[in-house]
Amino acid sequence: MKEELKIRVVKGPDGVEFEVEPLRDYYCEAAPTVMPGAYIKIVEDMFNWARSESIWILGFGTGCGAIEMRPLMTPRFDAYRYGVQWRPTPRQANLFVISGYLSTKTLKRAIRAYEQMQSPKYVIGLGSCTINGGMYWDSYNTIKRLDDYLPVDLYIAGCMPRPEALLAGFMDMKKLIRAGRGEGANLYAENFEWYKANQKRVIHDWDMPDYNW
Amino acid sequence: MRELHTRLGKLFPLGELTEQRTNLAFVSVPQEHLRALLLHLRDREGFTHLVLLTAVDWLEEGQFQLTYLLADRKNARDIGLRVMIPRDGATMQSIHELWPTAATYQRELREMFGIDFPGSPRVEEDFILEGWRDIPPYRRDFDTLKFAVENYSQRPGRETHDPATHMKQQLYPGEN
Repeated sequence: MKEELKIRVVKGPDGVEFEVEPLRDYYCEAAPTVMPGAYIKIVEDMFNWARSESIWILGFGTGCGAIEMRPLMTPRFDAYRYGVQWRPTPRQANLFVISGYLSTKTLKRAIRAYEQMQSPKYVIGLGSCTINGGMYWDSYNTIKRLDDYLPVDLYIAGCMPRPEALLAGFMDMKKLIRAGRGEGANLYAENFEWYKANQKRVIHDWDMPDYNW
Repeated sequence: MRELHTRLGKLFPLGELTEQRTNLAFVSVPQEHLRALLLHLRDREGFTHLVLLTAVDWLEEGQFQLTYLLADRKNARDIGLRVMIPRDGATMQSIHELWPTAATYQRELREMFGIDFPGSPRVEEDFILEGWRDIPPYRRDFDTLKFAVENYSQRPGRETHDPATHMKQQLYPGEN
């Protein structure tokens, strides 16, 4: 447990001493809830159309695949023309591209980042490492299948997939969202216990709240 | 390098010189003379830069080999000092007073090989691995595949082929 997360006694500006339990007091303990669709299908379809046309990606490169995103951001492949753009913080993003192998240490940060994103949110697994471990199949510190830990909407196979493959993947992602099948956030909320159990099985020093941000 | 080796050989009990290139050589040195030799090389011979400190696990011999690679920037040459230490309860004196950067290498070696460096700053803390419970993963008796199978769920359907037999079956399916 990190020092800043331990229970401690704090003296307030008025001189009153009180106990602070950071995990309980600074974060929300409520588990995620399933977000129902709009009250009528045509409205939900309109929402889905809007969501599919504004895919905002969290600029968090977890592995070597992050290098494929630079040419996509820049004029050569220019993903921005499809309404796809990269954002600096999880709060502003709705698509998380897990770009390549994910070590257990990075998995912890990826979970934190994913849980901070606003619903509806989507996850793309990029490269064979996220599918079955890829070339890290016998590694002691990388996870072998991403969908045990985060709800994955789409996988893009390859080692590494080229930027064109990513563009095609984004197009498929748009179709999924538009068809109302981008339900990763609800899946995560429904099976929250299962995901948490899987996450805690590989992250041994769990020193953060369960669902927190 | 030969000339340097002869000169150092008069001061310290050194092993044979292994010359990889004209400007890169390795020499083994007993554990107790390492610190004096490092100081001598740094202050007298111009090897001012610690390039790296790494370890090799000689499991069969029951020893760890530590390699201290030093660079002489002026003359563009490197020398590697090899120290053998016993594998059981591996401990080595810290050299963080000579090069502060060594502390980082020593933290890594403690975590990955389980070699202790008493007195080295923050050597007790986690370096790369978080919450590691098993034996240090770079030790050769650590079975990474077994660990991966036990700890991470695998996706079924992954199969591997021996390239030679696979191609034989592909090219000559009738024959055995």
